[in-house]
Amino acid sequence: MQESTLIKQHQFCTFFLEELFFGIEVEKVQEIIRYQQITRVPLPPPEVGGLINLRSQIVTAIDLRRRLDLPEYSGESLPLNVVVKIEEEIISLLVDEVGDVLDVSDDRFESPPDTLTGKIRQLIRGAYKLENCLLLILDVEKTVDLTAF
Amino acid sequence: MEIDEDLKAFLVESNDNLNQIEGDLVALEQNPTDEELINRIYRNLHTLKGNCGFLALEKLESVAHAGENLLTRLRDRQLSLNPEITSSLLQVVDSVKQILTSLESIGEEGDRDYKALVEKLHGLEESRNLQEETSEETPEEEENLTIYQSSSIVDKTVRVDVDVLDKLMNLVGELVLCRNQILEFTNQKNDTALADTSSRLDLVTTELQEGVMKTRMQPIRTIWNKFPRLVRDLAINLGKQVQLEMEGEDTELDKTLIEAIGDPLTHIVRNCVDHGIESTPTRLAAGKPASGKILLRAFHESGYVIVEIGDDGGGIDPEKLKLKAIEKGLITSDRAARLNVREALNLIFLPGFSTAKRITNLSGRGVGMDVVRTNLEKIGGTIDIYSNLGRGTSFKLKIPLTLAIIPTLIVTTGGDRYAIPQVNLLELVRLEGEQARKGVEMVHGAPVHRLRGKLLPLVYLNKELKLDTSECNSSADNHETLNIVVLQATNKSFGLVVDSINDTQEIVVKPLGKQLKHISCFAGATIVGDGKVALILDVQGLAQSAELLSDKQSSSIIAENTEQEQYGDETQMLLLFEGADNRRMAIPLSQVARLEEFPQEAVERIGQQKVLQYREEILPLIYLSSILDNNVDRDFSVPSVDGKIQVVVVSLGKNLSGLLVENIVDIVEERISVKGAATQEEIKYAAVIQGKVTELLDVEAVIKKALPYVFQQDRSVALSRV
Repeated sequence: MQESTLIKQHQFCTFFLEELFFGIEVEKVQEIIRYQQITRVPLPPPEVGGLINLRSQIVTAIDLRRRLDLPEYSGESLPLNVVVKIEEEIISLLVDEVGDVLDVSDDRFESPPDTLTGKIRQLIRGAYKLENCLLLILDVEKTVDLTAF
Repeated sequence: MEIDEDLKAFLVESNDNLNQIEGDLVALEQNPTDEELINRIYRNLHTLKGNCGFLALEKLESVAHAGENLLTRLRDRQLSLNPEITSSLLQVVDSVKQILTSLESIGEEGDRDYKALVEKLHGLEESRNLQEETSEETPEEEENLTIYQSSSIVDKTVRVDVDVLDKLMNLVGELVLCRNQILEFTNQKNDTALADTSSRLDLVTTELQEGVMKTRMQPIRTIWNKFPRLVRDLAINLGKQVQLEMEGEDTELDKTLIEAIGDPLTHIVRNCVDHGIESTPTRLAAGKPASGKILLRAFHESGYVIVEIGDDGGGIDPEKLKLKAIEKGLITSDRAARLNVREALNLIFLPGFSTAKRITNLSGRGVGMDVVRTNLEKIGGTIDIYSNLGRGTSFKLKIPLTLAIIPTLIVTTGGDRYAIPQVNLLELVRLEGEQARKGVEMVHGAPVHRLRGKLLPLVYLNKELKLDTSECNSSADNHETLNIVVLQATNKSFGLVVDSINDTQEIVVKPLGKQLKHISCFAGATIVGDGKVALILDVQGLAQSAELLSDKQSSSIIAENTEQEQYGDETQMLLLFEGADNRRMAIPLSQVARLEEFPQEAVERIGQQKVLQYREEILPLIYLSSILDNNVDRDFSVPSVDGKIQVVVVSLGKNLSGLLVENIVDIVEERISVKGAATQEEIKYAAVIQGKVTELLDVEAVIKKALPYVFQQDRSVALSRV
């Protein structure tokens, strides 16, 4: 990527969900923490996974699999929290596995591939073509606003 | 929009100044020669004018300047205050407010024209100004000096952004939780040094918490300040004469609560002037002073702030309220006939109720007392009304000191813990075995429980929250035990069935994220001792979602009352005691406020009457022996066991009195089947309770005989409050 000094670079915090590789702009991520005990909330929209205690602050956790219409998690390990800060509100996104922070250049960006359908298509902004896979960029604002899609 | 810091500081300061000026002006009208007041108004307006100069706000400056000139004439005694001048000066305040509002929203002075006002002020200034001209320069110099002097007091305070305080409050909450965990940890270890340190941490944390809470407190004066003006304007508008008196302006409340009670209080005060106080001729005809009186009183009482608003107006006619409610279809005439005075008065809190015969531009704008009550309930407060026909009405508001930390009851259902605010809590009922199986009956598909003869609608928390019942079948399904939390929602009590009741805890309330805000059953969340999150139940919301408060409400009340009449005599909770000369006696538990034990030395006296200090009230004592032996001498000797006296605190109307008994035996739930005639008038009848003949005491008759003045007081209570 040395030749791409003129092309804008972006840093993404990455994570996995159901074999899919997602990224969120690193500026929007406050921290990543291991599994926290979740208090379930009765009567919520199904996408709400529950509430967690993040250093005495009560944070709503969104079950990203449900939000993206992915099948329920069947593996052994517990979900991790990607804690994001959107408009001064702190929200946790539950994910399967966390990847590295990646630098990617804008010339690799493309709008969502046509093969993507359903909620996922509405909630991602596009994809970066990486060596081995695609990095899907999550539209965090839309994702946490449960009234959108 | 963004406004720069200088302007922001100016706005904050000017608003403060204006409020002060407004209050002082109204006070000045009552007391036109008070030089101190004139000087203060002048100084404040002068400061405001001076500040506008820096910010180049021409309109504002011209209005303030004209007002200031007029004040100079007043101050120099060249003019005397008349209603016209007061009104014009108040107009100055209004105009300045308008400009400030516009500055805050659009950053400019706005395009209103104030020339007419300025000219009117000039006109007034010149009006009787035929005496010698005084130089205007000298007094201004003097005033500048005073301004500097007063600023040294101001320097002691610092303005702090509320957000900073909120953050501090949060951090303290966090520290409190941390401290709790450390204390628990310390208890497990056997280390004196650690124990010492953690007990110091405990102390400091508590003090810090109190200190930070204090920073958020504001005197109730901040909302009362606007009332003198409000009452004055209203009264002039309506052609009435009204005096406003205030007591306890320094009573402090959390800032958020101050903001929340502003509107309800304004509404009530408006109502008092508009509907409460009669017109002057009516008042004179009724033999009252021409000028009506409104009294605002605020004080602390057992962890709450009480605000009373009373007037000495016409009072509320309960019969008229009933007619109105029937007319509006809010209740049936059957039900109306059964309402007692208190219940009838409470009709004004029903949605859709307004008694204003005519709609004035002041009240009756569709915002009824129901909104007042809803707003108060939102912050965990309550409102009561007392009225005395022809003599006045008073409202009593009970408001928590703070919203940040509240006492709650922790319950468990479906494996999760929930916190219930204690302000809604009436009592806890636990049914076991046979009782649990038979305790729940179905009325038209709705579960109810007979609680002391009254039907209590039941709400199952797990069903209401749509919890997976398979996880919590242990206690709910096989009906081994039934835990009922009796809660009060608006006018309706109901029983909430939970799996288990844990304990009480003071919790720090935290708001829910916006994804969850719309769920009406929850008021927020909190972190309990072990660091886990628990949801706080919203009792009103819960009742609403269970449809207890919907249209069905009135019909269910009717049903309930009929049932109650039917079963009323069947079983009763009774307090058994030995009253006098070892006579076995009982009174219905519903008349008992509390059972207390006092040391004998606590008894004091007022004249012949023996009294006790009880919860910041003076409790008259009645010794049953002397009453029943027809010996009304109040100077009885007090019976005691080991220096302790047993007192049954009974309530009659709003008054508490203490029945001095020899021995409290038991509390029983009994079906009274065998009745015998009474032998004296203070006894209702004799009955067989627990296999022994027991006399049922007529509490009302006893109090009437022992404390005849209490009854008179009770009748005049509405008046004595104003």
